[in-house]
Amino acid sequence: MSAASIEARFRLVRPGFTLDVDLDLPGHGVTALFGPSGSGKTTLLRLIAGLAHTGDGRLLMKGEVWQDGSACLPAHKRALGYVFQEASLFPHLSARSNLEYGIRRAASPLDRAALDHVVELLGIARLLERMPHQLSGGERQRVAIARALAVRPRLLLMDEPLSALDLARKQEILPYLERMHAELDIPVLYVSHATDEVARLADHIVVLEAGKTVAQGPFDAVLSDVGLPVRLNEDAGVVLEGRVVERDAGWHLARVEFPGGSLWVRDEGHGVGDRLRLRVLARDVSLSHAAHTDSSFLNQLQAQVDALGDDTHPALVLARLAVGGQSLLARLTRRAAASLQLAPGKAVWAQIKDVAVVG
Amino acid sequence: MSDADWLALATTLKLAAATTLVLLVVGTPVAWWLARTRNRLAVAVEAVVALPLVLPPTVLGFYMLVALGPRGFIGGTLQDLGWHHLAFSFTGLVVASTLYSLPFMVQPLKDAFAAVGERMLDAAATLRAGPWDRFFSVVLPLSRRGFLTATTLTFAHTVGEFGVVLMVGGNIPGETRVLSIAIYDHAEALDYASAHVLAGGLLAASFLLLLLVYFLNRRYHVVHA
Repeated sequence: MSAASIEARFRLVRPGFTLDVDLDLPGHGVTALFGPSGSGKTTLLRLIAGLAHTGDGRLLMKGEVWQDGSACLPAHKRALGYVFQEASLFPHLSARSNLEYGIRRAASPLDRAALDHVVELLGIARLLERMPHQLSGGERQRVAIARALAVRPRLLLMDEPLSALDLARKQEILPYLERMHAELDIPVLYVSHATDEVARLADHIVVLEAGKTVAQGPFDAVLSDVGLPVRLNEDAGVVLEGRVVERDAGWHLARVEFPGGSLWVRDEGHGVGDRLRLRVLARDVSLSHAAHTDSSFLNQLQAQVDALGDDTHPALVLARLAVGGQSLLARLTRRAAASLQLAPGKAVWAQIKDVAVVG
Repeated sequence: MSDADWLALATTLKLAAATTLVLLVVGTPVAWWLARTRNRLAVAVEAVVALPLVLPPTVLGFYMLVALGPRGFIGGTLQDLGWHHLAFSFTGLVVASTLYSLPFMVQPLKDAFAAVGERMLDAAATLRAGPWDRFFSVVLPLSRRGFLTATTLTFAHTVGEFGVVLMVGGNIPGETRVLSIAIYDHAEALDYASAHVLAGGLLAASFLLLLLVYFLNRRYHVVHA
């Protein structure tokens, strides 16, 4: 435990469900609370916010006691911001008055300039005079995010903020969240069961299942841990973060460099220098002893086997590969692993069939 | 209209206004509690609140008369404290009317409060609003239709009551003689012309009042759609 982290221990028993977690969350970046529905993500978030209660818990927010057993700071006295699953704007107030609602009550809200920055960041300047029912679902949610940020929270809690939106609206908001992540220095707890959101936003991840933590840690470490059955949507895979270093206009490809190597991806119109997140699924990675010169694989990387683990089916294994400082996961049959004589430390070539640009 | 009728009208309006005010203060917390509690006793409380809807007014009036009279639980206590008992008094009428019109205040408010939803209150709490602040800044404005309905129904229902008034208040001009009693008196005396004036007036006024409420409710509804 350190004064810069968020220490949360809760035990809550309800009929048919027990939440029992002990977390030490980083006080910076985006931490995804990931897990299937019913795993207790939202309950955990509400406990942290003080919107739900259990007598058996302890919550330390960067050294400040928010709960110690039954002594519990009420929600309205916690320096947090909360974005709900569905837009929770007050219907009797304009978008601007919704923002001002929290500003008028917070001890140290954003000043004029910082508020203008948030308004600009979320692209809601021209919406401020409208009433909530005159806004689209995506616009309402952007105003709700700005409203939560306007009280200058020390911690931002987001409960599946995109789940009530259709795919197009999601795509509309995600870039704003990424900008927020990049430009504002507020720790975020982000509840989600959507793979794409987690892959785009998370720095750290806590995986919940049936009220218990099954994994927690830095995003890439948890994701590439072959010993843990952590799957984003059933598909094991890793997320790499890199920078566009080269664009090949002739083939519509872009080269993204990450610590340890580079990958060619479809050119989605990103500029040279842009930071991108790439998702490489274990099923799209195959291994061989030598580099192929006569295959259709666009990307081949030299790698070293780091660890081997069981996959979902007994015929399959997951291999974690070290590529420079990064990890990759490869899924192969147990028979292939045996014939390649895979073992930790073994040098191999990883052929990558597909790389998805997630953000 | 005779002077006596005008006096009855004034008494009626005074009684309805007083009852509505008392019920706003008393009924709001009851409705709030009923809308949000998970206490098992809530069902019993709800049934008690709804009793005046099904009881003959004379039953309620009879018990109120007993309770407010000189030997009753309330009236007797007041007398022991050196005050006057409440039977056949305007104050007694207000007390009885408050009970009699309770469901007309509580039920619309309860529905309105329930419709505000937990999420609005949670959102307000995470924006630093304490419990009282949440009630006045979020619940109250979002339940204004409920308040409009509850206030109007309570007022109109009190104006129209007869049985309870007859039992508890009697027929004292300027104190407990209200319009419905005056109409009864006129009809008893076969003065149908005077009865027509009061009855017709009451009918028209009640209709216009309800018309206004439903019109306003509809307009708010459109605004909030």
